[in-house]
Amino acid sequence: MVGDAMSDAVNNTTLARYHRQGRRHALLVGLLAVAAVAALVLDLITGPAGLPLAETLRALTGAEVSRAARVIVWDVRLPVAAMALMVGAALALAGAEMQTVLENPLAEPFTLGVSSAAALGAGVAIVLGLTLPGLPPAWGVTGNAFLFAMGSLALLQLLGRLRAGGPEVLILFGIALNFTAMALMSLVQFVASADALQQLVFWTMGSLASAQWPGVLLIALVLICAMPFSFRAAWKLTALRLGEDQARSFGVDVTGLRRWTLLRVSLLSAAAVSMVGVIGFVGLAGPHIARMLVGENHRVFLPASLLTGALVMSLASTLSKSLVGGVLLPVGLVTSLIGLPVFFALILRGRRR
Amino acid sequence: MSLIARDISVRFGARRVLDGLTLPELKAGEVTVLAGPNAAGKSTLLRAIAQLVPHQGSTVLDGKDLARIPALDRARLVGFMPQTLPSGSSLIALETVIAALRAGRSIPAHQADAAAMAVMDKLGIAALALEPLDSLSGGQRQMVSLAQAIVRDPRLLLLDEPTSALDLARQVRLLSELRRLAAEGRVVVAVLHDLAVAAQWADRIVLIHDGHVHAEGAPESVLTPALLAQVYGVDARVERCSRGRLMVLIDGEHAPL
Repeated sequence: MVGDAMSDAVNNTTLARYHRQGRRHALLVGLLAVAAVAALVLDLITGPAGLPLAETLRALTGAEVSRAARVIVWDVRLPVAAMALMVGAALALAGAEMQTVLENPLAEPFTLGVSSAAALGAGVAIVLGLTLPGLPPAWGVTGNAFLFAMGSLALLQLLGRLRAGGPEVLILFGIALNFTAMALMSLVQFVASADALQQLVFWTMGSLASAQWPGVLLIALVLICAMPFSFRAAWKLTALRLGEDQARSFGVDVTGLRRWTLLRVSLLSAAAVSMVGVIGFVGLAGPHIARMLVGENHRVFLPASLLTGALVMSLASTLSKSLVGGVLLPVGLVTSLIGLPVFFALILRGRRR
Repeated sequence: MSLIARDISVRFGARRVLDGLTLPELKAGEVTVLAGPNAAGKSTLLRAIAQLVPHQGSTVLDGKDLARIPALDRARLVGFMPQTLPSGSSLIALETVIAALRAGRSIPAHQADAAAMAVMDKLGIAALALEPLDSLSGGQRQMVSLAQAIVRDPRLLLLDEPTSALDLARQVRLLSELRRLAAEGRVVVAVLHDLAVAAQWADRIVLIHDGHVHAEGAPESVLTPALLAQVYGVDARVERCSRGRLMVLIDGEHAPL
């Protein structure tokens, strides 16, 4: 029939436009990846050592350079820069998934108390000197922070088992956990020496300064393990954006999806927070920026969030070295102070459109 | 092909919403309308049949107990259109219909894309395919919801107030689509508030009151002044128009004697 042929043609045009849009989004994701790599390089060539650019690049490519240059690039700058990239990626991916499973755009990786629990763990290690037996002393704080973060995760999974795992209940639980951990943290601070207190405050600010290769590899490993599961769940998470009833009627096991996603989110954020302390903003803003760029189809939204987080964090790392000459600011301060105004500007622009 | 729902009970805390409700056997080819006052339990019944709320009782479609088959198989058999429209989301309409196909099982992308597009075209909303959901009107979003519900080609279609946000032309379009879907051999159950619309489009009306089936049958046997006074507490006239169609006219609140 003529009508059918015509409507087929219109449908095909629409589909072609849809696929073009898909390719444009894929291209944007690619560009984000390129930008993240460029930010990494920028981060590498920035630093107080005053290493000439050519020297830095030669050291990177493994060419003959002075021992000092090689140490600065490979043992100081590269771990910090790589850690920035990894932490940004982990937090933004975790934030994106958290916002979807809690059905709340204000959610972020630390909504359910992972960061407060980790900070408490760090506090116990720094102030009371209680750490996991068998761990090298340098890893005591990190190990404790991770252990406590995992503890909050275990409580969370328990709550999920009780089949009371709706978003509201989870968020209330997170608030309760946050307050409990903060109260205990105050107790720890109350008994702390001035020295330990200073160390603790610095830890909670979030800093990349102590980043080392084993930590980078660990968080990379967590990221590599979590990513395939995240991307595989992309359509399920997309369906959940339409509401729980809808997702269920599409055949999605929402309870299971929520539980597994929270497990991934907690692992990612626990790894990040125990390595570098509490870094705000990236886990909230990364997903929001990604959403403005590519929309909410999680097949592109998740990778875009991850890469946006990596990019933002990498830029923040560069800024933390160059804002005040000769001083390495805690990167958590930079993300919050510089990032938030930029973020609000983006949101306001998005509103006007 | 038929749906048998027996002894359905649902409690929310201490409140019994449905108390052992049993529906007549609903056959393929028929459009059944669930009607009744607010809080009668219509939506809850629909969600119980769709296995979206914990309940007691059995819901059997074509010999298969819907509560006992895997969620993925159920999603193939049952389409559900919720009353609430999806909240603000920047997902584009076509994507949401594709998600209705691909969230449950893996279907090749090109196949899913084409199927979703064809369904939107059939419902007359092909032009909205690339619009973000949050830029659509309530009625447009409701049509997209319907597309999500029918894209898996379900045998049983459950719709919760599918016309609440639709203009007159879209109402006719949706309801005649429901008739066509039923005629192709599906069981179609819809909650509707407008009794005149129900009278025109339903093969059978089930009047639900206080968690029970108060009356059921063909529209002319259920829509009587006496029953409407009992269930809704209104004085109503039921008359036939010049084309012989049933008209329900509400005169006012029913004054108890």
